[in-house]
Amino acid sequence: MSDAPTAQPAAFEGPLVETRLVAWYFYASLAYLWLALAAGLLIGLQLVDGNPLPAAEWLSPGRWRMVHTNTVVYGFLANGIFGAVHWAIPRLLLRPFLSRTLSYFVFYAWQVIALGTVVGILHGHAQGVELGESPTWIDPLVLVVWLLLAVNAAAPILRTGGAMYVSLWYFLAAYVWMFLTTAMGNFLPEYFVAGTNGGAIQGLFLHDLVGLFITPFGWGLMYYFVPILLKKPIWSHSLSLIGFWGLAFFYPLNGIHHFLYSPIPMFLQHGAIVATIAVEMVVTTVIVNFFATVWGTGATWYRVLPLRWFYVGMVLYFLTCVQCAIQVTLTFQQLIHFTDWVVGHAHLVMFGVFSFWLFGIMTYLFPILLGVPWRSTALCEWHFWLSFVGIAVMVIDLTAAGVIQGFLWGALKPWDTAVEASHPFWMVRLIAGVVIIAGQLCFLGNLFFTWRDGRAGAARVDSHDA
Amino acid sequence: MMSVLEKRSAVLLGAGLGMFVLAFASNAIVPLVMYRDLPEQTALEVVNQNTLYQLEDLRLRYREPFEQHVGQATNETCAELLKTGRQVYVAEGCWHCHSQMVRPVSNEPLRWGPVPNSPEYQNELQRPVMFGTRRVGPDLSREGGRRSNDWHAVHFWQPNTVSPHTRMPRYPWLFDGSPDKPNRRGLGLILYVQWLGSWLESYPAYEDYVPLKQQLANPAE
Ligand code: HEC
Repeated sequence: MSDAPTAQPAAFEGPLVETRLVAWYFYASLAYLWLALAAGLLIGLQLVDGNPLPAAEWLSPGRWRMVHTNTVVYGFLANGIFGAVHWAIPRLLLRPFLSRTLSYFVFYAWQVIALGTVVGILHGHAQGVELGESPTWIDPLVLVVWLLLAVNAAAPILRTGGAMYVSLWYFLAAYVWMFLTTAMGNFLPEYFVAGTNGGAIQGLFLHDLVGLFITPFGWGLMYYFVPILLKKPIWSHSLSLIGFWGLAFFYPLNGIHHFLYSPIPMFLQHGAIVATIAVEMVVTTVIVNFFATVWGTGATWYRVLPLRWFYVGMVLYFLTCVQCAIQVTLTFQQLIHFTDWVVGHAHLVMFGVFSFWLFGIMTYLFPILLGVPWRSTALCEWHFWLSFVGIAVMVIDLTAAGVIQGFLWGALKPWDTAVEASHPFWMVRLIAGVVIIAGQLCFLGNLFFTWRDGRAGAARVDSHDA
Repeated sequence: MMSVLEKRSAVLLGAGLGMFVLAFASNAIVPLVMYRDLPEQTALEVVNQNTLYQLEDLRLRYREPFEQHVGQATNETCAELLKTGRQVYVAEGCWHCHSQMVRPVSNEPLRWGPVPNSPEYQNELQRPVMFGTRRVGPDLSREGGRRSNDWHAVHFWQPNTVSPHTRMPRYPWLFDGSPDKPNRRGLGLILYVQWLGSWLESYPAYEDYVPLKQQLANPAE
């Protein structure tokens, strides 16, 4: 690609990209996606009073609520991101990761972490920090693995000379951020800082996790894949710089906005609100950059399915951020905090944006990894449309539900009234969830048959060789 | 042309380390300094008369299970049981359906009672703090004393027997086979819920409140 660093290719043995590992990460990612979907389904059923297995300890909806969020982040998105990064970084640097053995070790270690988190939570060992629920015995391991991940990826980045492409800024910073964020969020509120102050740190952790882990990796990957698929460079280098540094500066300052109207000192809450609105400005520069890049390429963004995943995801990202800037105001908080509005927001960003980007990357890479085209482009289309319709309906539905809940609570109606009023919305949400699941089923089936095609192709090549 | 902002060192140290530290300083260190004169209280220190009354009530109501799982009703066993209860509250994800944070807006003080302040949260049982993120069920920070212990037992056993439209899950594993036999986790959770707000003048907040002195004079009733 045109923006690749100008450095000389490094001397190394073996393949540049460990394609098998990329594929493994993607398979693991999809396995956890299914676990997360199952968890979501169970909670959805519980909320409409239709839980088929209500009395089993290991199937308790409260525990599966935590499994849902944790597998989405640490199982599905993290594995997917790591896979994509194992593809992107070596190709950007023309240099592989520090150590192949280390890469594989980290892969296995991460699966221990992700699976251990699930089993630990289901076993009743959850920790009381949102998205840090992984049992206490896993936390030190997570920290070590983050360090290894960082060393493995940062070493080749730091060794390569010349200018560093935008994606690498994001990756490099994110490795540092994640180590620090994990160290902060998994240990301070659990062992050292109680109460209000602990709450402030939890807010920071929760926000950093999205803003300093998933977001920078996500954007870094977009800066890599979009120009490749569009076959043209990113529109403005200066805008990418503004976007990166703006994100680095403002994003972590948002943390406390998760606990507005809490006993956390009010001036800190105000600071978080201002920083949140500032993030929205920064995001706009990034969005402008990507849309200026795609400008003049006609319907390519739609025709090329991975690009469609990317760009629709970006539009949804923009919507999420507009929503952020509005819902963070104290006026809106009075109404929507603690309601389904926020649940809708979380789904919009986690599924509508980052999952969409990951699906786009997988849609692009699987044929390369497996050596055969997708068995069915129709199923690829179904995957997109069912996911899109599902998330759109879910978010609109939950947003509306949140407003209604907020008004009923504020009007001091009996609690039951709000629960009853939520019922139709929870039904629609359940259906939207099933639509999303159907979309993922199309993807899984398609992947299975494509994988089999790939195997058959490889077998034919083998028999020719023999 | 490469600006300073694109250098590896700038990204690594400036963005990676610097920005993180900046946010940490302003969002975590500032409150830490502000609360430096507010030491964290232990579970034992936050045991109060109202909680001990509930403990005694549990002992009388569930004699055998209590003896088996708790033993004596003392301040120490009370503190230990509260810790167990908090653990269950965390492990079962109660805090993902219930908040413990009454906000000074949207009529919340009218519904639940006084808005909590920082000292209330500054104790071992609020580490990690249980502010919560979503209210499928009501806020619980002033739940203590609103309901009787057997109401909670039946509610945890099968919520819809006392609250027909509820979406709250069942928790039969907090009992040894029937709602009149709570196990240690069950007793702990009930006590924990009764502890919430027990330090307030307004405890308990529900209408047919019998003053504590009378209750203590005649605990079996
Ligand atoms: C799926 C969401 C959900 C989960 C998980 C949940 N609850 Fe509830 N809870 C509710 C709803 C809805 C209500 C209101 C209806 C009712 O009283 O059952 C409620 C009511 C309550 C009440 C009665 C409040 C009052 O005085 O009216 C208490 C106490 C309570 N829950 C405690 C807990 C505890 C402890 C846990 C964890 C073991 C828990 N809940 C888990 C949804 C939930």
